[in-house]
Amino acid sequence: MMNCQQATQLISESQDRSLTGVEKISLKFHTMMCSGCKNFSLQVPFLSQAMKAYAKGLDEAGVDDAKQ
Amino acid sequence: MNQTNVADTPQPDPAEVSILSDTAFLTDLRRQMVKFATLQLSNGQHAEDAVQEALMGALKNAKSFAGRAALKTWVFAILKNKIADVLRQKQRMVEASSLLHEDEEGEDFSELFDRKGFWQSDEKPATWGNPQNALHQNQFWKVFELCLEALPGNQARVFMMKEFVELDSGEICNTVGITTSNLNVMLHRSRLRLRECLENTWFLKGERA
Repeated sequence: MMNCQQATQLISESQDRSLTGVEKISLKFHTMMCSGCKNFSLQVPFLSQAMKAYAKGLDEAGVDDAKQ
Repeated sequence: MNQTNVADTPQPDPAEVSILSDTAFLTDLRRQMVKFATLQLSNGQHAEDAVQEALMGALKNAKSFAGRAALKTWVFAILKNKIADVLRQKQRMVEASSLLHEDEEGEDFSELFDRKGFWQSDEKPATWGNPQNALHQNQFWKVFELCLEALPGNQARVFMMKEFVELDSGEICNTVGITTSNLNVMLHRSRLRLRECLENTWFLKGERA
């Protein structure tokens, strides 16, 4: 079984390229049993989303001061 | 501002007038752009130049924008292109050695992972719940900026090239002078660090400032 360092590397690469079938299955198998990597796999797309929202987000931040 | 050369705009749109006369808005916008460009280009002069060009290009067409938010989105889109241009031009001047410092090359994962490559017990990523909520909170963006700035320069740069400037991997590798596997390792590290920083300074603090 792959370890967490390898799993997070693959999760990171999945943002930049399509994983192969074998990679996807091994990763799935790992994240089913590993909550840390499961969480990481949810956080990585959020980092991307946040980075892209950064410039636009400054819009909202500047205008939308409402406390939620 | 000098108003002598208005031949091209005989009937200024009221919206344009209000945006261009809103000094506070423009000052703020410029400050955000410089901050962003500096982080990306790691060269104050290049950053100032890119911002200047982007602003001038965008404000020329300010009348096409319904409001501040639209103008800002447009200005950042232009700035993004300027940054991509500068990065491509820099390609020839960049020495790979300046981008791959030994300390980063030699950086290991032992703080995060044990000898077998599994998470150290106190480093396991936690559940963030619904992180999208954070995107609407001003304080989150301050934390986000601090976390970006805390990344080693080269990691921050490749991460932003990838996720903000949206260059593809081949272009980033050419620009920075690294291999795809270098890039993958740097992106992996930057994501590990960024998520750790956000988790410690934001998500484990109840998502509130």
